Amino acid sequence: MTATATAAPAAEPGVVHKRSLRRKLVPYWLLLPGILWLVVFFALPLVYQASTSVQTGSLEEGFKVTWHFQTYWDALTEYWPHFVRSVLYAGTATVLCLLLGYPLAYLIAFKAGRWRNLLLVLVIAPFFTSFLIRTLAWKTILSDSGPVVDVLDTVGFLDITNLLGMTDGSRVLATPLAVVTGLTYNFLPFMILPLYTSLERMDSRLHEAAGDLYAKPSTTFRKVTLPLSMPGVVSGTLLTFIPASGDYINAELLGSTDTKMVGNVIQSQFLRVLDYPTAAALSFILMAVVLIVVTIYIRRAGTEDLV
Amino acid sequence: MTDTQAGGDVRLSGISKNYGSFQAVHPLDLTVPQGSFFALLGASGCGKTTTLRMIAGLEDPTTGTVFLGDRDVTGLPPYKRPVNTVFQSYALFPHLTIYENVAFGLRRRGIKSVKKQVGEMLDLVELGDFAQRKPHQLSGGQQQRVAVARALINHPQVLLLDEPLGALDLKLRRQMQLELKRIQTEVGITFVHVTHDQEEAMTMADTVAVMNGGRVEQLGAPAELYENPHTTFVANFLGTSNLIEAEVVSTSAGKVVVSAADATLRLPADRCATAPTTGGKILVGVRPEKISLLHADEAAQITDGRNRLTGTITASSFIGVSTQFVIDSPVCPDLEVYVQNIERDVRLVPGARVVLHWNPEHTFGLDAAQDIDAGVETVGESAS
Repeated sequence: MTATATAAPAAEPGVVHKRSLRRKLVPYWLLLPGILWLVVFFALPLVYQASTSVQTGSLEEGFKVTWHFQTYWDALTEYWPHFVRSVLYAGTATVLCLLLGYPLAYLIAFKAGRWRNLLLVLVIAPFFTSFLIRTLAWKTILSDSGPVVDVLDTVGFLDITNLLGMTDGSRVLATPLAVVTGLTYNFLPFMILPLYTSLERMDSRLHEAAGDLYAKPSTTFRKVTLPLSMPGVVSGTLLTFIPASGDYINAELLGSTDTKMVGNVIQSQFLRVLDYPTAAALSFILMAVVLIVVTIYIRRAGTEDLV
Repeated sequence: MTDTQAGGDVRLSGISKNYGSFQAVHPLDLTVPQGSFFALLGASGCGKTTTLRMIAGLEDPTTGTVFLGDRDVTGLPPYKRPVNTVFQSYALFPHLTIYENVAFGLRRRGIKSVKKQVGEMLDLVELGDFAQRKPHQLSGGQQQRVAVARALINHPQVLLLDEPLGALDLKLRRQMQLELKRIQTEVGITFVHVTHDQEEAMTMADTVAVMNGGRVEQLGAPAELYENPHTTFVANFLGTSNLIEAEVVSTSAGKVVVSAADATLRLPADRCATAPTTGGKILVGVRPEKISLLHADEAAQITDGRNRLTGTITASSFIGVSTQFVIDSPVCPDLEVYVQNIERDVRLVPGARVVLHWNPEHTFGLDAAQDIDAGVETVGESAS
């Protein structure tokens, strides 16, 4: 029996070779739709934008590639405060998301019991409403002399944010605080969901084992829960920070001219000023800035050492 | 934590645990003497793990008190109890090296120089070369030893083991049983071991408590439990028993005579779990290996004074050291007999008429008012 089984492939080596080749190609066929998608909607626009960024000209005369790298330098010197603001606001919003999201994700993962699914739905529920509508709603919530601002003023919260330069007087709307609040609100689910996933799959016996080995609950959190949830923390902060740093809706609707982020500049260069090369150059600089920040962060967080 | 080295028994007093309306552990009194190897044996869901977790402090008892020595620790959280646990799936910290896993307990107690102790402990479990590996790089047996080292390094007053060998294959399990027993003898710490494997409990423990339905059915040394079971559950769960329903004919001078179908059997009165009364029912038990088997043609060889039954072989299976027979007899349709393969009688095949005989001293009596098959199926489950 074994003799015939081994003899068969030997008889027609060509057929076998063909079949194994086809089998080897299967993964690439499966990759094809994704690669096509990336090429059409990511790589090509990127190349197109790259060429736009080194063009000169005007809308009337048309734009030509002149390898004018000066645009980058001009964009950077003129708009560097917007970059700083973008990184600062997005960074603050990310930290706030983490501080708000971690306890919530922890609660849903470990303490919610049968309410777990309901709470998860509530986390995602805001997505059923348009991003724009939700941000506009914050305009009403934070409106001058509204109940929220009154309470914040009375309890002295605004005194602190005034000191930090995030608000000015007893207004919240049109201040950095409003923009950061909007960013925090809009990106919170992107923080909570990865955190929840990494906490939820954690073996609860590890907590028991830590307790059994003389770790107080706070020590258990510091030495076991937090380190093991680092993959969730890292992906959550990236999912929050990267889109937040390019966001312009929150700064547009909740901020003022003093709180414009780089996203607002790109948007107005593209759609109002119609200076395409500057807009494209700004986009590339933003991409570089985000890549640098994220690289430093991942190096620091040391994700490769986790689990 | 200050008196981790100080001795003392583990004493459970009236301890019970309810989950809603379900009573997982019925009020239970149990004393585990210091330095002993104590096993809680039972099928899954019998309350043995819950009992262990109440000693560890991972579960709050509904009623009752846990004492370590003279100290009431019922209200203490796990991290304040001088007790350590080896968890069922080891629960090693995946983000820490083996070294740091073992050092975890020492560091939490503020001990700075752990190097020497961790090294010694890793040597004890023969894992010195693996200190810098992560748990997932180790085999199941190695992980199990890390779990033991991580618990033992703290010199707990009591070491709790929750089915620690459940995930290992049979050969490794036998090896680890001896290893754990060696370590226990070496360090002299009280071990409380939870298992569903009756062989494991009997090999390792000085004292075994057989649990069933949230209660301790019987407690004693392994040989005592095996030879003198007090309930049908213990008789069937620990090894195999042939149980025969019989009627008491007479009791005199420490001897009980009973009749079942066509046979008359004798047993010592002091091996009856409940005092037999003439005319009353009783379950007569005998272990399969105590019975000798003869072909019906040689029945005359059997000496007087032995218990004897007749029957027909319905099945036989050869398993190397012994042959296991199932015999259909008027008193019981499936008597089991294990015969050592010293001299094999080729006539003993299914369909052959045979005579069973055994020493009456090897017979035990149980209260007839209980389920004759209690504990039978659970043995089948754990064997698979």
